[in-house]
Amino acid sequence: MLNYVLGRLLTFIPTFVGVTLISFSFIRALPGDPIQVMAGERGISDERYAELAKQFGYDRPIYVQFWEYLTGVLQGDLGNSFVTKRPVWDEFFALFPATLELSICAMIFAVLLGLPAGVIAAVNRGKFFDRALMSTALVGYSMPIFWWALLLIIVFSGNLQWTPVSGRIDLLYYFPDPTGFMIIDSLASGQKGAFTSALRHLILPTVVLGTIPLAVIARQTRSAMLEVLGEDYIRTARAKGMSPLRVNGVHALRNALIPVVTVIGLSVGTLLAGAILTETIFSWPGIGKWMVDSIFRRDYPVVQGGLLLIAVMVMIVNLTVDMLYGVINPKIRKR
Amino acid sequence: MDDALSAEAEMVQERPGRLREFWFYFRENRGAVIGLWIFAIFAFLAFFGPLIAPHDATNQFREATLQPPVWQDGGTWTHILGTDPLGRDMLSRLIVGARYSFFVGVVVVSIAATGGIIIGLIAGFSPKWADSIIMRVMDIVLAFPSLLLALVLVAILGPSLTNAMIAIAIVLQPHYVRLTRASVLSELQKDYVVSARVAGAGIFRLMFVTVLPNCLAPIIVQAALSFSTAILDAAALGFLGMGAQPPTPEWGTMLAEAREFILRAWWVVTFPGLAILVTVLAINLMGDGLRDALDPKLKRS
Repeated sequence: MLNYVLGRLLTFIPTFVGVTLISFSFIRALPGDPIQVMAGERGISDERYAELAKQFGYDRPIYVQFWEYLTGVLQGDLGNSFVTKRPVWDEFFALFPATLELSICAMIFAVLLGLPAGVIAAVNRGKFFDRALMSTALVGYSMPIFWWALLLIIVFSGNLQWTPVSGRIDLLYYFPDPTGFMIIDSLASGQKGAFTSALRHLILPTVVLGTIPLAVIARQTRSAMLEVLGEDYIRTARAKGMSPLRVNGVHALRNALIPVVTVIGLSVGTLLAGAILTETIFSWPGIGKWMVDSIFRRDYPVVQGGLLLIAVMVMIVNLTVDMLYGVINPKIRKR
Repeated sequence: MDDALSAEAEMVQERPGRLREFWFYFRENRGAVIGLWIFAIFAFLAFFGPLIAPHDATNQFREATLQPPVWQDGGTWTHILGTDPLGRDMLSRLIVGARYSFFVGVVVVSIAATGGIIIGLIAGFSPKWADSIIMRVMDIVLAFPSLLLALVLVAILGPSLTNAMIAIAIVLQPHYVRLTRASVLSELQKDYVVSARVAGAGIFRLMFVTVLPNCLAPIIVQAALSFSTAILDAAALGFLGMGAQPPTPEWGTMLAEAREFILRAWWVVTFPGLAILVTVLAINLMGDGLRDALDPKLKRS
């Protein structure tokens, strides 16, 4: 086990350096000179240009720049945004809770609906419920979520007027945000209506972001359950006269969960990719929208730093899932 | 030597049978057959779209902007699915748009699969250190969420459909590398590879003639699935303004143009998305059918 963990940790280092190198070199490859972009339409004098190039280190050899960037990254210094002049690191972690809140809610939504759907489908294999659920799951899996978001807006915000179209909360509410999670902060603030407002803003983005994970989890749960239901110990449990609910819900599901947990862990990348579209459509002030805006504004340090932080986050989650997998499943640990 | 030859002769004879066997299993799956039909229609529209479309896809009927579909008040048979804010016929744009998505799928899958298979074969056949280096590089690419990486790549290359395709192909490539390498490694253990090597087959013959055909099943399934991913990602990039540029009637770009009218004219938003969904769904249905028909493990049970 220890060897397994150490081995995994060792592969993390070259991948990390590689990810840093990629996000560093991408930005060097972007069209347009960063200093010209910063100067804007008015242009810039040659002396000032040289001065700025020196200040940002663009006049030095590229490998020196990379080394400085790498050592900076390890100390939490990702440079400053061209637009807001604030450190990228601070901006990222100021916006991150919004994305985290949305992703967690989407995941809860997906798991709460996906697990039972998969179990019901597996238990009724080949029957109406199975077909109906799995067809729905396939539709969900094939869904262009940006279109799905627009449809939901048409129906629930346009026709029914139930939910707001954008943002995290109505503008009338203002309160401190110690946790960064709007639903917790609004509840803690004690202002009347703040919590419902936050919740209403959260519903549509959650559904949109959760749709694909929901479909994936339902399909994965079904196939894992089908595999487990064929095992001898399930037949034994049935023969002993246990209730179907207990056999399916406890004996089978517990063992079917292992691949499902992996899928949940590995869909973090999918969630972040989905967050880019979801946040853009619902004007959700998280890192997805921040990245898209920065790409359009050619805010190089932000694109570079954001890309790196997101990739590192995905890597850490995948690593954790791999290790957890060993903890849950002793079969792997022994190897 | 004789054994190897006769085994090969048997395999050659078996080929048409294999295809029939595949079709037998594929046909079992009703969804897959429906998917195949829809895909056939989609491919037909991709080739002959402009000939079938009732109007020119870029022609602006200025007297009939934002006209609703025929079954709603104010709709006419001239524009069956209505018109967009510039008065262009929705149905014609959708039909002509099929070719962009089809093209994206074909090109992306070809680039990603060819590159991925070659790199995967090389990784599978190389010594361990080279293999590790290749796989680490693939891990690095996979660490970035695919859409984000594609978005940044397109920002570097400049927004256009071609660049979107290149970006998506690069992002999808590692999946093929991993898949090919895994199959190659498991095939290399088998006796027929050893006997081919003993018989004096060169490295290229081993790679492409001996081993590759036996690794194709999972790669074909992956190709079907990434065809739909490519269409979805290209549409998403178009929607974000980083894919095909207006006035190209690409479905994702059409959605982006229609966004501000969503509460006034539901049809400009609904139909392009529906076209994407139906196409992607059909391909995924086909992919599921392919997997069931090609996966020997499921077949026996």
